[in-house]
Amino acid sequence: MTVEGMTGDEAVAHAAKQSNVDIVAAYPITPQTIIVERFSKYVADGEVHTGYVCVESEHSALSACVGASLTGARVFTASSSQGLALMHEMLYIASGLRCPIVMGVANRALSAPINIHGDHSDMMGSRDSGWVQIYVENAQEAYDWTIQAFKIAEDKDVQLPVSVNLDGFIITHCMEGVDVLEDEAVNKFLQTRKPIFKLDPKNPITVGALCFTDYYYEFKRQQVEAMCHVQGVLEKVCKGYKGVSGRNYGVLETYGMEDAQAAVVCLGSTAGTAREVARKLRAKGKKVGVVKLWLYRPFPAEEITAALGHVKALAVLDRAISFGASYGALCSDVISALHTLKEKPHIFNAVYGLGGRDIQPSDIEFVFNEALETAKTGIVKEPTMFLGVRE
Amino acid sequence: MVVLKELATEELFASGHRLCAGCGEGTINRMTMKALRGPTVIVAATGCNEVATTIYPYTSWRLPWVHVAFENAAAVASGIVEAYKAMARRGAWKEHVDVIAMAGDGGTYDIGIQALSGALERGHDFLYICLDNEAYMNTGIQRSGSTPHGADTTTSPAGSVIPGKPEWKKDLIGICAAHGIEYAATASPAYWNDYVTKVRKGIEVSGPAVIDVLSPCPLGWRHDSAKSIEMVRLAVETRYFPIYEFERGKYKLNLNISKPKPVEEFLKAQGRFAHLFKPTYRKDVIDEIQQNVDTNWNRILKLCAN
Repeated sequence: MTVEGMTGDEAVAHAAKQSNVDIVAAYPITPQTIIVERFSKYVADGEVHTGYVCVESEHSALSACVGASLTGARVFTASSSQGLALMHEMLYIASGLRCPIVMGVANRALSAPINIHGDHSDMMGSRDSGWVQIYVENAQEAYDWTIQAFKIAEDKDVQLPVSVNLDGFIITHCMEGVDVLEDEAVNKFLQTRKPIFKLDPKNPITVGALCFTDYYYEFKRQQVEAMCHVQGVLEKVCKGYKGVSGRNYGVLETYGMEDAQAAVVCLGSTAGTAREVARKLRAKGKKVGVVKLWLYRPFPAEEITAALGHVKALAVLDRAISFGASYGALCSDVISALHTLKEKPHIFNAVYGLGGRDIQPSDIEFVFNEALETAKTGIVKEPTMFLGVRE
Repeated sequence: MVVLKELATEELFASGHRLCAGCGEGTINRMTMKALRGPTVIVAATGCNEVATTIYPYTSWRLPWVHVAFENAAAVASGIVEAYKAMARRGAWKEHVDVIAMAGDGGTYDIGIQALSGALERGHDFLYICLDNEAYMNTGIQRSGSTPHGADTTTSPAGSVIPGKPEWKKDLIGICAAHGIEYAATASPAYWNDYVTKVRKGIEVSGPAVIDVLSPCPLGWRHDSAKSIEMVRLAVETRYFPIYEFERGKYKLNLNISKPKPVEEFLKAQGRFAHLFKPTYRKDVIDEIQQNVDTNWNRILKLCAN
């Protein structure tokens, strides 16, 4: 293992390269572009056997990926924001045709107004598309999860596409030290893809047939079943990866939760800030904790309940708005995970960081203090607060 | 040119599909399968051909067949072509596989033109066949960029003010040729030998190739389903649909129609143009169409002369 300085985008590109992907079909979009630029250079320098399909749109990117994946190839793509929105139709088809494609998503705000900076609106808008969704905290995690994503996606019990989400600019463009595995170690860990079905003229199959009222529902039910397998497979993959890398992953990561009275739940890079704030508050004797979800889809409801069920108050940080809904997407998921508990924590939602608006430690400290206050009083003052916005 | 008895007797497109009686697509599918040179994958766009030949759990295709969506047959084909090549580079795939994308005129002239243009520009080795029945027939006869001027469709209805589609058919071959691809051609299933020869040529060129094949639609064109092949022969004999090819930068007329029938014969045989004859005989519109046919024919002759 060697530590190299790289941005989150570079870490993803490096991981895809080491994963020996057969096809990359992608279209440039800020802040994802560095991923495909780096990969193009690997191809130009003959460092990979990969076919790079430099398509004319994100819609065609994922279309080409689906075609390639159906041949049995290992396939990678990357996108963001408007590009992911343009792929929307194809997201459902990639999962419906059970294509284990891995996509790096550099999370970015959606237009209008146009904005190139980070928030989770893009992938949250696709949360029901049947993709496994992983959110990472930093470049190291972006690297590690990209490799693990192939193993999860291609598992015979899963066969679903996986998105590895990294916060636009904060992770994609920030240079960090990344502990990189040897090529051979990644090869041994991942091996080659073993497709269950493929487009083979010797054994012809029809893919994408028309299913009416008599069969469509069963196909969707099977997708649910595949989603149910994800968590178990992910845990197995993470265990294997720990053996290779020494780094320990799972569905979620907790900090200070053993004795926490109040907690914050979040995704992505914000977890680092939240942990640091929690550390300082704990040093002052305040019992606060942080739950960071790596796995967002399928939603690990049991683990969430186990991690959070005992706290008195809970703030869920959402970096996206679900217009017209009572709460942001993550908050709604947390609430539904906890709803069967007899004694539930008091929960409120804090929307933050839209369009790349910086989230300061002071913002998170404010949220923790609100949560501690709620824990004490049992009163949620504001079900949804908007952090750091001019009202 | 091919000889009938040299054609494959194997039927890779099975009977028992659910295309309408007289639909040109079934005939074209069968002819296409006869022109294959080896292992082949078919990519289909959403459309009549897809919905009528692969109703789960049945399929009419005895070779690998994929449908992904409406507008992306060329993009899906791109991924498949490059994936076999990439897998071959790491020793995981051996045989060459030909890839043929098939889409209707809606999926080609309109919603799929961007994906097609991208794939042609990138130069993937595949054949793209447009089953051109000149409207969105699968959704109930709506006008497309391929629908001819004056045709009555459900979104270009013949009204008391507007006599059918005001616009003219797009020049697909010109658009494809402008990409500098090696091969593009028009075809009509009334001339099976010409079509089969062209499919084989399209497969054999090393880059992308496009064939726009006129596909009669008894439902949308409104003619007797027994007369489908007659319709697409008449389309050629009236010079309404010239049969030509573009090969390595040169245009060539494949069927010279020295004594053309008036286009009126093609128009009056089909219900989609009935409003040009009754209740009022619209000589103005028919003349305009004839003039356009003549201009287009001369344009193609000029291209072929160079």
